This record gives sequence, structure tokens and C-alpha cells, in this order.
Amino acid sequence: MRLERRTHVPLAAAALAPLAAVGLALLLAAGLIAAAGVSPLAAYAELLRGALGSRLALTETLARATPLILTGLAAAVAFRARVWNIGAEGQFYGGALLTAWAGHALLAGGPPVLGVPALLLLGMAAGALLLLGPVALRLSLGVDEVVTTLLLNFAVLLFVGLMIEGPLRDPLAFGWPQSVPVASDLRLPDLVPRSRLHVGLLVALAAAALVWAVNARTVWGAETRAAGLNPRAAAFAGVSLPRTLLGVAALSGGLAGLGGATEVLGVTGSVTTNLSPGFGTAGIVVAMLAGLHPAGVVASAVFLATVFVGADAMSRATEVPSFIADVIMSASLLAMVVALLLVTHRVAR
Amino acid sequence: MSDALDLLWTASLWAAVLRIATPLIFGTLGALLCERAGVLNLGIEGIMTMGAMVGWLTVHLGGDLWTGLLAAALAGAALGLLHAALTVPLGLSQHVSGLGITLFGSALAYYLYRLLVEVGDLPPTIEPFQAIRVPVLSDLPFLGPVLFSQAAPTYLALLCAGVLAFVLARTPLGLALRMTGENPHAVEAQGLNPVRLRVGAVVAGSALMGLGGAFLTTAAFNSFFPTMVQGRGWICIALVVFASWRPGRALLGALLFALFDAWQLRLQQAVPGVPYQLFLMAPYLLSILALVLVARRARVPEALMVPYRRGER
Repeated sequence: MRLERRTHVPLAAAALAPLAAVGLALLLAAGLIAAAGVSPLAAYAELLRGALGSRLALTETLARATPLILTGLAAAVAFRARVWNIGAEGQFYGGALLTAWAGHALLAGGPPVLGVPALLLLGMAAGALLLLGPVALRLSLGVDEVVTTLLLNFAVLLFVGLMIEGPLRDPLAFGWPQSVPVASDLRLPDLVPRSRLHVGLLVALAAAALVWAVNARTVWGAETRAAGLNPRAAAFAGVSLPRTLLGVAALSGGLAGLGGATEVLGVTGSVTTNLSPGFGTAGIVVAMLAGLHPAGVVASAVFLATVFVGADAMSRATEVPSFIADVIMSASLLAMVVALLLVTHRVAR
Repeated sequence: MSDALDLLWTASLWAAVLRIATPLIFGTLGALLCERAGVLNLGIEGIMTMGAMVGWLTVHLGGDLWTGLLAAALAGAALGLLHAALTVPLGLSQHVSGLGITLFGSALAYYLYRLLVEVGDLPPTIEPFQAIRVPVLSDLPFLGPVLFSQAAPTYLALLCAGVLAFVLARTPLGLALRMTGENPHAVEAQGLNPVRLRVGAVVAGSALMGLGGAFLTTAAFNSFFPTMVQGRGWICIALVVFASWRPGRALLGALLFALFDAWQLRLQQAVPGVPYQLFLMAPYLLSILALVLVARRARVPEALMVPYRRGER
């Protein structure tokens, strides 16, 4: 028995793969929920109600999906070119911290029409720099970027802690240390009044559309894919591998940094060390469930946001620990890679 | 400054080195075994988390400490088997599968811990491994507290390093494993089964990672809490590169790393006024620096991360 690559991949099968993977993950989680002595059906009903059951819940889910779209795009852009950016968490915090500082000190008092885009660009720049370093090390010395980006996550988070307990500490905040706040006229406006849903969602959707256009419609998009599929052939065809991969790094890191910037400008107004409940890591799952496609990224980000927001409500209502959301997410990822294999290959005797 | 250097000559620092190094030795040996057979195991962080939880839980539920270690090794092996199943016969991306195992292992460990353990204001504790005082030898000045007053799993880790070095370098099994990581087709030509060798290496390596995690909860501390592995798994992956995929150097690398870690912990108290985060950042930045320094000389196993399919080249 062995696996053979299919010559023709049916579109329906490709579309069904993520659904099958998610179904399998939900089934596994149902077993774990039952082990907690709770009926899985009742628990899942509670999850759906908590995530989608009211106007407030819906805005919360979409607010949670916003950073996930951006970190998901960051992973999708990178993975397509086989740049293993596992550092989106650090890039997210890098973007958030620079945005908070600039929005408090540098650009406060200026016209918001210029200030807000400038802050978003600064956030992107911070994220981009944090990935350009590891990718440059890979290109020049062959240092595996998986390990460097993973380790940088820890270093960046400690750096954020250092800054918000030191030079960037908000002297007016009580209790937990947090950074100085962004000037209020530089904050992103709310999409729905009295909710945490903000214009950042539109920024994220625009980013997804832009990534799709770049991938599908530009030469550079084709070059990045070629560089991922077969670097040697791409180089032979005249694609400059260093330039392409550094471009991918700037875009991928920039998207993750943009995620941090919009979260600060839209939701919190300042940075704390628990700004991200693992948005960077979840972005990897978002991208994989989406088959690295930008439109799919939006859908799978909304799905994972539903799971996370819903699981919080579920664990308040039942005895099920909210870590069930992480189990669903990670099991979906593992099931998805198997499902993708079955889509592109068939079992031959 | 001289105070900072004086710290290096205290027995308590060197005793701490071996203690801090123990989980890294287990983890690095485990990752090294997987990679020598050709499989990158980024599941290590999750496997160590699962090992930490299972080892602790077994003791908490009334098992003895060695049963706890055994259970942790088995839990590690089970996650390793999942990683091996996905990456060896199915040939899926070792990066993605490994990260998936890390997420899955950690999530499952946290979920089961919350489900099975009543957590009050403080996490419940167990009675951990105590230092073994080797008769006579432990009374030696300096060497006594450093080498002969450690917890039992530390000696197990050193023993594992020796055994792995011997098996890889001097036995037919070791030769077959190394060959599987360099050229699995040649292994096949010898009438051996590279798939089985790779699966076996990943399962055994993951069991070692599980032990590394369990050391944290059954010897270094006495309780389990989320995120306690703190990137130690990733540091082990970096140490394998630093060690050029050799068990002896892996042991040395883990000890060097632990020396630095033990030193910075003491410096935090000895040098006031420096933000503690700078000290905590150092191990991660040091790992990256180590990778950069050895990058040119690294001799990566030829077939690392190359899926093996019979008859395909």
C-alpha cells in the first residue's frame, strides 16, 4: 500500500477537507467534554450561543477574528514561500509596542488622518524587521528560521515587559503594568457602538484582499510561490531567491505587526503582556485550515474566533475547562494536514 | 564585576548547573535521536509539557515518583508515535506536524490537568525527588555537593547520554539509525526497514523528551502549571544544532547553557538595578547566537526532513 499523487484534484474534495478536519476535531473534543461529565451537544450549543447568540457575542467574535485574520495572513504568506515564520506572536507584540509608543509620544497632537495610517505603517515596520533578521540569517548563514523565530517570541515578550515596567510604563495606570496610552484621537473608531468591534476588521479584510490580489495577479506573487514549490527551479528561471524571500519576510512580519497595531489602536489603547492570548500561534492554524488561501484565512479566523469566544462562555456555564478551545484548534490542525494529503494523493495498492 | 565572577566559583552554582541542565539533557538527547534518524521533532515543547503534567499527576494520584517518570515517558512516546505516524509513513511536513503536536500536547495537558485536579488558590504539590547523598563522596569539598548530591533523575539523564552516545557510535542499531538519517535508500538496500527505524527513533526520542518534562514537576519543582516549560523544548532544538548532532557535545551544550542560566539567576540578585527581564532574555538570545556561530560548520544529517518513500528518489 502506498500513496500516489492524484493527477486531478476534485474541487469539492479540496473544499471539504477543512470541514472534515474540523468535524473530526469536534468529535474528539466531544469525547473530552463527555469525560468532564457534560453532554457534548449541550456544551456545543452553549459554545454557539456564547459566540454567535447575541449582538454583543457576535461583535466579540468578530473582534477576536480581526487579529487572527492578520496573523493568519502572515503565516499563509510565509508558508506559501516555505518561509517558516513561527514568530508571528513576537512580531505582533513588536508592532503593538511601537504603535503604542508612537501614538503616545511621536504622533500625538497631529492630524489623525495622517497619524492613524502612519501608526499602522510603523506597526508593520516593527513586525517586518523582526522577521527580516531571521530570514536574512537563513539566507546568509543557513540558520533555520523556525528556531530563531520561536526563540525570538520569548525575547520580544520579555522586552515588552521590560519597556512597560520601565521607560514606557503608564504612570497613571494602577495594578498591572501597562504601556503609555495612545492619544485618544488616534484610536480606530468602533464599527458597532458600545462593542469592542472596531475599524481594524475592515483593515484586516482589506489586507486579505490585497494579499489575494498580490498572490494571484502579480509576477511577484507567482515568484514567491515558485520559490516555495521548488527554489532551485525558481532560481534557474531567473527568480532572485534572496530578494523574493526577504520581500516575503517583510510582508509576513508586517502583517503580524499590523495585527498588533490594530489591536492596540482598536481595542486596548495600550500594551500589556497579555495583549495576545496566542494570536501568533493560532495564526498558523488559521493559515493551514485555509489551505494558505487569503479568502480561506478570513473564514477560518472567524471559525477559530467562534471556538475561542464560545469556549469561554461554555466554561462559564458548564464544568468544561476553556482549554477545550486549544484542543479543538490543535486537533483541527493535525486532522487538516492528513485531510489535505488525502485530497492530493490517493491510496494505491 | 568581580562579585559577578566570584559567583562562578561557588559549589551551589555548580550544583544548580546539573539540576538546571537535566531537563535540557533529556530533551536535547531526545531531539537528537529523532533528527539523527531524519525526523525533526518540533513536538518537543508539547511533549515536555505533557510529560510534566503526566509525571506530576501520576504521583499526585498516589503513584510513586519512578512510576511518574515511567508514565511521563509513555505519554511522550504516545505523542511521538502520532508525530511519527504523520511524518514517516505519510510523509507530511515535519514542521507543521511538529507544531501541531506541540499545540495538541500542551492543550491536552492543560485540559486534563484542569479536569482532573482540584486547583485552589495555589496549585497542589507533591513530594518531589530528594537529593541522593552518595556516602563518603558527597562529603568531598566542592565535588561532593556538585556531583554527588543530585536528585536521582539527574544521574539517569547522564546515563542516557552515555548510552545514546554508545548506541549511536558503536552498535549496528546505531549505524542503521544514523544511516537512516543520511540515506534511507541505502538502509533499504541493506535489507533494513527505514520506516520502522525512523518511527522507533521518534518514539524513543519523544519518551526522553517526556522524561525531561517530568523532571520539572517531580524534581525541580513540586507542582504543575501552564506554560511552565517556557521554551525549553525550543532551546533543546537549538542545542542539537549547536552540538552538531553528537550526544557528547549535546551534553556539553546543555551543561554550558545551564551554567549560564544558573549564573544569570544569581546575577539578578547580585547586580541590583538591572531590569530582571534582561537576564531572562539572555538564554533565548544566547541560543540564537549559538546557532549563528555554528551555522557554517553544522553537519546536518543529509536526509533530515526528507520524507522517505520506497522506490521514490
